[in-house]
Amino acid sequence: MELLMSISIGVLFMVGTYLLLSKSIIRVVMGLLLLSHGAHLLLLTMAGLKQGMPALVDRYDQAFTDPLPQALILTAIVISFGMTSFSLAIAYRTYKFHKTDNLDELRGSNDD
Amino acid sequence: MSMKWKTNNLLFIHITRVTAFLILALSIYLFFAGHNNPGGGFIGGLMLATSILLLYLTFDRRKINKMLPMNYANWIGAGILISLLTGLIGTIVGKPYLTQFFDYFTLPFFGEFELTTAVLFDFGIYLGVGGSALIIILAIAEDT
Amino acid sequence: MTNLVLLPLLIPVIMGAVLIFFSKNEKAQKIISGITMIALLIGSITLFIAVAVNGTLVMELGDWQPPYGIPLVIDRLAAFMLLVSAIVATSTLFFAFKTISPIRSRYFFYPFFFFLLTGINGSFMTGDLFNLFVFFEVMLISSYILMAHGSTNFQLRETFKYFVINLFASMLFLAGVAYIYAATGTLNFAHLGVRVAELGQDNILNVIAVLFIVVFGIKGGLFPLYFWLPRAYTGPPTAIAALFGGLLTKVGLYAIIRMFTVVFNHDPDFTHTVLLVMAAFTMILGVLGAVASYNYKSILAYHCISQYGYIMMGFSIFSPIAIAGAIYFIAHHSIVKTALFQFAGVTEKITGTSDLKKMGGVISSHPWLAWLFFITAMSLAGIPPLAGFFAKYPLVLGGLEEGNYIVVAVALFVGLLTLYSMIKIMKFVYWGKAKHDEERQKISVRKLLYSVAPLVILTVVIGFGAEPVLQFTTEIADEILDPTIYITSVLGE
Repeated sequence: MELLMSISIGVLFMVGTYLLLSKSIIRVVMGLLLLSHGAHLLLLTMAGLKQGMPALVDRYDQAFTDPLPQALILTAIVISFGMTSFSLAIAYRTYKFHKTDNLDELRGSNDD
Repeated sequence: MSMKWKTNNLLFIHITRVTAFLILALSIYLFFAGHNNPGGGFIGGLMLATSILLLYLTFDRRKINKMLPMNYANWIGAGILISLLTGLIGTIVGKPYLTQFFDYFTLPFFGEFELTTAVLFDFGIYLGVGGSALIIILAIAEDT
Repeated sequence: MTNLVLLPLLIPVIMGAVLIFFSKNEKAQKIISGITMIALLIGSITLFIAVAVNGTLVMELGDWQPPYGIPLVIDRLAAFMLLVSAIVATSTLFFAFKTISPIRSRYFFYPFFFFLLTGINGSFMTGDLFNLFVFFEVMLISSYILMAHGSTNFQLRETFKYFVINLFASMLFLAGVAYIYAATGTLNFAHLGVRVAELGQDNILNVIAVLFIVVFGIKGGLFPLYFWLPRAYTGPPTAIAALFGGLLTKVGLYAIIRMFTVVFNHDPDFTHTVLLVMAAFTMILGVLGAVASYNYKSILAYHCISQYGYIMMGFSIFSPIAIAGAIYFIAHHSIVKTALFQFAGVTEKITGTSDLKKMGGVISSHPWLAWLFFITAMSLAGIPPLAGFFAKYPLVLGGLEEGNYIVVAVALFVGLLTLYSMIKIMKFVYWGKAKHDEERQKISVRKLLYSVAPLVILTVVIGFGAEPVLQFTTEIADEILDPTIYITSVLGE
């Protein structure tokens, strides 16, 4: 299970980085999204995966999964929810003002 | 696409009238369920935003603005304030900030009942998340 | 009594939320935010005195005992940083009152100003690695919004770059959190310190340490990772640029100082050498950018980079005197850089441009502005009676004592180039024949100078009174060089 997760995290990071290096704004945003998924999965995997146990310290059942990483991921997901919506808003705004989707063609006012 | 194009999809409107309130009810249920079960302020807030967004999708914006004359930015402010001030309850009795208090009460009709300050904190989140999700989507949707 | 710890965190966030309701009323916003800021300043001073007298204050949020809960820890270093941040923010806010247009303030300028302060103060106070991440995000999302505020084309482009780079860094931060949790099983700084000491800082932990250097290096503008900084700091309105230049990147440096004193302090031969090399390159490349540039604000932004190099140099030499110098340098740089950015704004208001070649002769129409700038610029360059000299002196001394002669040579050379580029600004902007017309010469900037003047006075005061200040920063340095003080005050016993 850990191996599978590691591979998928690797793929997510790889694809995310690839998209991040492209010229289209929306692809960059998608790349960031995939990166954040990769990071969340990494957080889950690194804390150790256990099957068939709840993240609750139960009175009857001795075994339990570490609840902390799950709380961390929840927080991280909420943060990346905010970041994603902000990134979409700014990507849209940039597109509208510059009238292009190509990062190379963005022009500022100062020196070019 | 022309902006004058107006939908008059009867089926959609009628179903929305029912569904929007069902979603609203579900969001309130999820909000209260969140204390010991899956659910909570964040999910409830998103559901709240969904139900209002469905109204925006179905009816035109002017009508909704008349029906719900609210500034959603104020929801966020109110939500943050409620959450933070709830945290202060603990400091009054000398406990650290954000300390949770709860107790069991027996009400005549409902039986045993748990009251906790965490619900107030969650209500702040409910408002904040609902407001911000609405603002995010409406800000982009209204900008044409 | 421990609830005093909450002041720098709760005042800005609660009042920021209150300010959302007044977004349409500019006057109310100004009054409320002014009162809030003064309350925050008083709170920070109180806290500073309390910590200086009684030592570290700790508070466990939600009454969860460490290492399970999130503690807020204010030791001398954090109290000092909080005080600096309050001073700089107060000056910037009063400057913003006069320079931020009503249209901008209607779109939530003041609330996000305070949310930014919440993030900054929270990062200084938190005692938990993941909580540090959360406060970083609070700070960063406010900074994205402030940076894009007004959305000119230039700002949008730079904000997008800044956003992508910082979000990438945040994801690396999360990965670092995951790795360190897997390696040690805790995220509390104090407990991490204990666990890392038990495990021994071997290869795996060194790799994680380097990951954190990369993360905080991006946020703090260090050598191979500073490329986003110069243009991002020239785009936004001056008040915002002043706050960013004075405070924002300091948080990244503070995080490095915290992590590499409490947690990764067992292998300084490796980690601190990496930091030292980065510091040397940061210093020299930053100042070269400033020498080559002919834009007022971008010269200042490049100087920010080279000064971060100085701070990191002082820290990574890792002797008490050098760290004391680095902490003194943080205070000095925050004050001076904020003032300089504000001067850039005032001058831009007079001449209508920030291109050095199109300006000139401001001293003839606005002598006060020119002379105040001159004092501040000399302080930045490190001329003896002013604060800049006493910031660099301990660094050089510490470097010589530890035998890092190359870095010392670089630092002195960079000091020379700093002086050169400050004189360049002086020569092009303030001396010479006036290039701005009669009407612009009559613009009164006296009111704008009221918010800068205290900072200029402060740099003179901590220059002449360097003895007690340096004594205090030496105390801080001794405290952070002995991580057991931090660990015992958080974990008890």
